[in-house]
Amino acid sequence: MNLKLFLNLIINYGILTMTCLRNLFCKKQFILLFFILIASPLSFAKEALPVAENPEIEKRMIILSEELRCLVCQNESLAGSRSDFAKDIRREIREQLLANKSDKEITDFLVARYGDFVLYRPPVRTNTMILWFGPFAFLLVGGVLLFFFLKKRRKSLQEVPLTNEQLKQAENLLKESSDGDNK
Amino acid sequence: MMRYLLPLIAFVILAAFLLVGLNLNPRKIPSPLIGKPAPVFNLQQLHEPENVFKSKDNLGKVWLLNVWASWCASCRDEHPLLVQLAKANVVPIYGLNYKDKRNLAIQWLDQLGDPYTKSIMDPEGRVGIEYGVYGVPETYVIDKSGVIQYKQIGPVTVDVLEKTILPLVKELQG
Repeated sequence: MNLKLFLNLIINYGILTMTCLRNLFCKKQFILLFFILIASPLSFAKEALPVAENPEIEKRMIILSEELRCLVCQNESLAGSRSDFAKDIRREIREQLLANKSDKEITDFLVARYGDFVLYRPPVRTNTMILWFGPFAFLLVGGVLLFFFLKKRRKSLQEVPLTNEQLKQAENLLKESSDGDNK
Repeated sequence: MMRYLLPLIAFVILAAFLLVGLNLNPRKIPSPLIGKPAPVFNLQQLHEPENVFKSKDNLGKVWLLNVWASWCASCRDEHPLLVQLAKANVVPIYGLNYKDKRNLAIQWLDQLGDPYTKSIMDPEGRVGIEYGVYGVPETYVIDKSGVIQYKQIGPVTVDVLEKTILPLVKELQG
């Protein structure tokens, strides 16, 4: 059993225990569910194995295509998409890997045909500056605004010292209330 | 006064950005191939499988490469316009039948008319990858020296044809 499955089991079992603690009458179901939970990850474990002839290539292909955008279904990676387009590109990547091309050669090949848009992490260029540095610019502007706002606010909230008369009045009030408590 | 004006200004700016964003088409991705030599290919012809079409043979003339398939719905939309364009005899249109079956493609052309000077087959979509095809139909304008000058992603419309493609073809034919 690998680590992921083990953790999965622990979490599932934990959730079950928590729900069962609330309801003390589910002993039977508890035992049953425990076995189901142990059995189910084990039975699913085999399905996830890659079916390619060359697992090494397949692994590299998936790592590479996870960094690439599917142009047909734009919120999916080429690794995750089931579109025909993604299938074709995966085949292309597989073939190029078999031909001993490096990862960079393959991404360059795709960028030359589909543009920087296929990359989830586009290179820093003049037209991608906003993308890369925009958030930091906004953070900076926000930070400066916050700084001045807090400064202004602090000024308006500055404590005004009490006059002697007010102090006496406050002391009297405190005395009265503590006297009242003792009675 | 500023108290009320600032949020209003901020809102207007945000609204303007969102409005522009709504009108952008996320499918239109500028092709890096424009201004670059069109990838060279040799492919089987659709009607005469024994003959191979070489894209190099088209050097010296301006031509359109239309990528289509019988399974593609918007190809059906643009098809009458292509037939019309072919009749006008302004520019040769070469049809790249993309990831399709020969009999289906021929049947399609028999039914809807064949606007293509020549039809070629790319059953596995390999030439499609070379051309950066990701959404059929796509149409490329290729000049005399074999350079891609324009790429239309999605169906060719009357508007695009009259305002962009035809003037460009005329200019390139010079």
